[in-house]
Amino acid sequence: MPTMLEPTAEQIRDEKLYQQMGMTDEEFAMVEKILGRLPNYTEIGLFSVMWSEHCSYKNSKPVLRKFPTEGPQVLQGPGEGAGIVDIGDNQAVVFKMESHNHPSAIEPYQGAATGVGGILRDVFSMGAQPIALLNSLRFGELDHPRTRYLFEEVVAGIAGYGNCIGIPTVGGEVQFDPCYAGNPLVNAMAVGLINHEDIQRGIASGVGNTVMYVGAKTGRDGIHGATFASEELTEDSDEKRPAVQVGDPFMEKLLMDACIELVKSDALVGIQDMGAAGLTSSSAEMASKAGYGVEMNLDLVPQRETGMTAYEMMLSESQERMLIVVKKGREEEINELFHKYGLDAVAIGRVTDDKMLRLYHNGEVVAEVPADALAEEAPVYHKPSAEPQYFRDFQAMAAAEPKVEDLGGTLVSLLQQPTIASKEWVYDQYDHQVRTSTVVKPGSDAAVVRVRGTDKALAMTADCNSRYIYLDPETGGKIAVAEAARNIVCSGGKPLAITDCLNFGSPERTDIFWQIEKSADGISDACRALDAPVIGGNVSLYNERSGEAVYPTPTIGMVGLVEKLDHVTTQHAKEAGDQVYLIGETHTEFGGSELQKLTDGKISGKSPAIDLGVEAARQEALLSAIRDGLVRSAHDLAEGGFAVALAEKLFGTEGLGADVEITGSPITALFSETQSRFLVTVKPEDAEKFGQRVKDAKHIGTITDDARLVIRSADAGTLIEEEINRLETAWKGAIPCLLNSAE
Amino acid sequence: MTKVNVFVTLRESVLDPQGVAVKDALHSMGYAEVSDVRIGKFLELTIDESERDLDTAVREMCEKLLANTVIEDYRYEIKEEERA
Amino acid sequence: MKFAVIQFPGSNCDLDMYHAVKDVLGEEAEYVWHDEADLSGFDGVLVPGGFSFGDYLRCGAIARFSNIMKEVVKAAEAGKPVLGVCNGFQVLTEAGLLPGALLRNRDLKFMCRNVTLKVENAGTMFTAEYAEGDELTIPIAHGEGNYYCDDETYSKLKESGRIVFTYSGDNPNGSVGDIAGILNEKGNVLGMMPHPERAVEKLLGSDDGLKMFQSIVKEWRESHANYA
Repeated sequence: MPTMLEPTAEQIRDEKLYQQMGMTDEEFAMVEKILGRLPNYTEIGLFSVMWSEHCSYKNSKPVLRKFPTEGPQVLQGPGEGAGIVDIGDNQAVVFKMESHNHPSAIEPYQGAATGVGGILRDVFSMGAQPIALLNSLRFGELDHPRTRYLFEEVVAGIAGYGNCIGIPTVGGEVQFDPCYAGNPLVNAMAVGLINHEDIQRGIASGVGNTVMYVGAKTGRDGIHGATFASEELTEDSDEKRPAVQVGDPFMEKLLMDACIELVKSDALVGIQDMGAAGLTSSSAEMASKAGYGVEMNLDLVPQRETGMTAYEMMLSESQERMLIVVKKGREEEINELFHKYGLDAVAIGRVTDDKMLRLYHNGEVVAEVPADALAEEAPVYHKPSAEPQYFRDFQAMAAAEPKVEDLGGTLVSLLQQPTIASKEWVYDQYDHQVRTSTVVKPGSDAAVVRVRGTDKALAMTADCNSRYIYLDPETGGKIAVAEAARNIVCSGGKPLAITDCLNFGSPERTDIFWQIEKSADGISDACRALDAPVIGGNVSLYNERSGEAVYPTPTIGMVGLVEKLDHVTTQHAKEAGDQVYLIGETHTEFGGSELQKLTDGKISGKSPAIDLGVEAARQEALLSAIRDGLVRSAHDLAEGGFAVALAEKLFGTEGLGADVEITGSPITALFSETQSRFLVTVKPEDAEKFGQRVKDAKHIGTITDDARLVIRSADAGTLIEEEINRLETAWKGAIPCLLNSAE
Repeated sequence: MTKVNVFVTLRESVLDPQGVAVKDALHSMGYAEVSDVRIGKFLELTIDESERDLDTAVREMCEKLLANTVIEDYRYEIKEEERA
Repeated sequence: MKFAVIQFPGSNCDLDMYHAVKDVLGEEAEYVWHDEADLSGFDGVLVPGGFSFGDYLRCGAIARFSNIMKEVVKAAEAGKPVLGVCNGFQVLTEAGLLPGALLRNRDLKFMCRNVTLKVENAGTMFTAEYAEGDELTIPIAHGEGNYYCDDETYSKLKESGRIVFTYSGDNPNGSVGDIAGILNEKGNVLGMMPHPERAVEKLLGSDDGLKMFQSIVKEWRESHANYA
């Protein structure tokens, strides 16, 4: 293997080679100033990845500061691998969501698989035992063969990794819209449990302590992945394939089990995942957070390929690796611990007191850079933003009802829309039961996973209606959080906190940056109103393909606490004779709705409105009714509105139907997407009590045993009368049908 | 150092759904002349000099581990010695 | 009764087996790591599901060469109950303790769902608490659970009542004769793809698998009472 000739410091400057790594002239000048000299090739590589948007949030930091991140329940906010929230009894829940959009666009199976692997490492590097995975996926329309390929491979990749490592994939969402055709979104979320005393931080402290490398060997895969994630996709992106890493879930399973054992050892000082920017970010961040320095001898780094340069080793994004710092003299016992799992822990460096990241290779110092400069001193940009014309046009439009002739037929069509249709085809491929704690499986509002050894459970969901956010980022941002919270409440939980994955187009565009700012405002307001602070997440910008940006998609991952297993509630109706209640009034709100998309082929107008005070009050009232055992099933009204929600309540119940009466304009009553509404069923003997408890609830009918859905209008007679079986067949068959028909 | 290439395929009598799927895909791409596809594994062994008889050793490896003879057939090729 | 729960690197249903035995059944259970070499202190052996050694090469192919497998074979020879579920079933076939092999699912996809199992033989030490023809709701979660054996083996299994469970209704994976679980000749080694350990609590959807564990324990108590 011939040694690659690296450009000299002068060449890097004169030929502006840093630009190929995504650095600007100004940024290069900053680096030169920090170092007091020209950076060499390795050093400029370190800066380019650490100062990429993916690692530094240089464009999004001003926006992220808007988020409320504190609360009495929060043990760890943003800044570590994952956020942590107290759940009582000395236990805490650890969770985070992260994007893997660009890798998945190029190589969907591995891109999605390594997304799962990365988010799991974020959670178990905190010392937590992962207990559940969720994901939020966005694709173009399924009538395109490339989309079908991406969809099938992404799902297979998530399944392949999650199933093998043995953490159940319990929930999530999939939506389809043409704006995601060239740039699908793959957001993965992991949830873990930890005892307070086991909480770890990614720090490298204590002069002389040993830096050890554990896990898979380093290869040339994924070099500059973080930079790649911070660029727009273009037609040439497919040629950037080397940036995509290959995952090994078996290795990760061993690493996970070993790390969970490791955190019990008092020899451990700090631990961090080698995620984006691999060795560089883990070493620089651990040193910077602790206020120390780190020096490493790269000759000692376990390597999978021969002849790797310092640049390549530092920028490799090979998967399933961890960097740990252990007390000096305790290396052997740490190595023994890993050895049991068939892994090696290799001492590659030590902690110093000079705050420098210093690298040796072949006996020479190949990089010497202040750790803080890499981890903390990336420039922060305040990008200009401007309200786009499309928003003003949409806001000026009057609320209108789409024209619909056949109400029953429209309901069937809505149930067949891939965004609404059953996702059984997806979650059937995920092992959602391993670890035998999944109390509510995929297919209800939120998944519920019990906390073994207690009477508690955790409700969890991932949610985002990006159409509303496109139409009105601020309102849409509020709705995204509110809807996630509705899912948690309907399952019997109280929202604890959120993680978010902010997927947007290029921040260089003023209209996109406006979307980012406005949606962050909306999210922040809703987090405050619903007492669910932001404890972490990530930002994925440049989600564009050849100039077309995706809808602004700040996915919300929320976890809630179910205090008693008795409180666990699902969306499905339970028994004939139970009374049906609708909570919340309905207005003509079709902007961004499924019905609008179905009838117009596109979305326009105002998004539905939301009053966060009303939302919070209703959630509180419903949760208190659930906790008092007054509620048999609860479901929030979302895409498709009332009729879809009522049908969904009856699916999978084997023979139940409903007979209800609604008021107002039929099309609005059936299909409008007005927010803050719930459908609830209640035992007849609890009806009175429930009505007193939830003031906004209106009795609308009864669950029947005839497997028919009958919706009447007080003034217009029977609006819809359908066999549940026919509706359910349409709803269940839609996605498999779309996937198979084209083959 | 000797290179040995081992090919493992499902036995004739065993249905190979992956192969069928690939065959169908090729048909839909217009390659109607493809009448059958069997998918298997290819393993490349690099073997140092040893006391053992190479042919016997490779056969043992295949029988014991590399193939499951309940469902799989195997064959192998011993390549010319290579000097690294 | 004391069960060993075998752990290979990559096993991931070990925890579920352990809790099913310990918390729900109330019997003793201990994890046994793959490189250990003694099972003499155990009355029964559970080989759990997962992806032993990543399921690289073939499911269960590498695990069968683990140290502990010699002991599992010994336990089987000694007549102790040995239950292999999912990947455990694959390991037992690779090890030759059970005939046949598990192929990729007919539809090529991993599937995780409840299936209906029919008890074909209620006269075994694993099924005595069921009645023949009972239909059980038990989850499956596998990508390679398509049981294959040649016609002669199938006839032998069928004639000797060694087909213990079949899929009732839909055959999810394409298994020969709808086979979901089979027994060795001696009657003390059962391999099955569905997960009885995931069906021991109503809270999680079904407790139809509980009687299988109860059958094992009851049989063991009765046979040991005789010696006492």
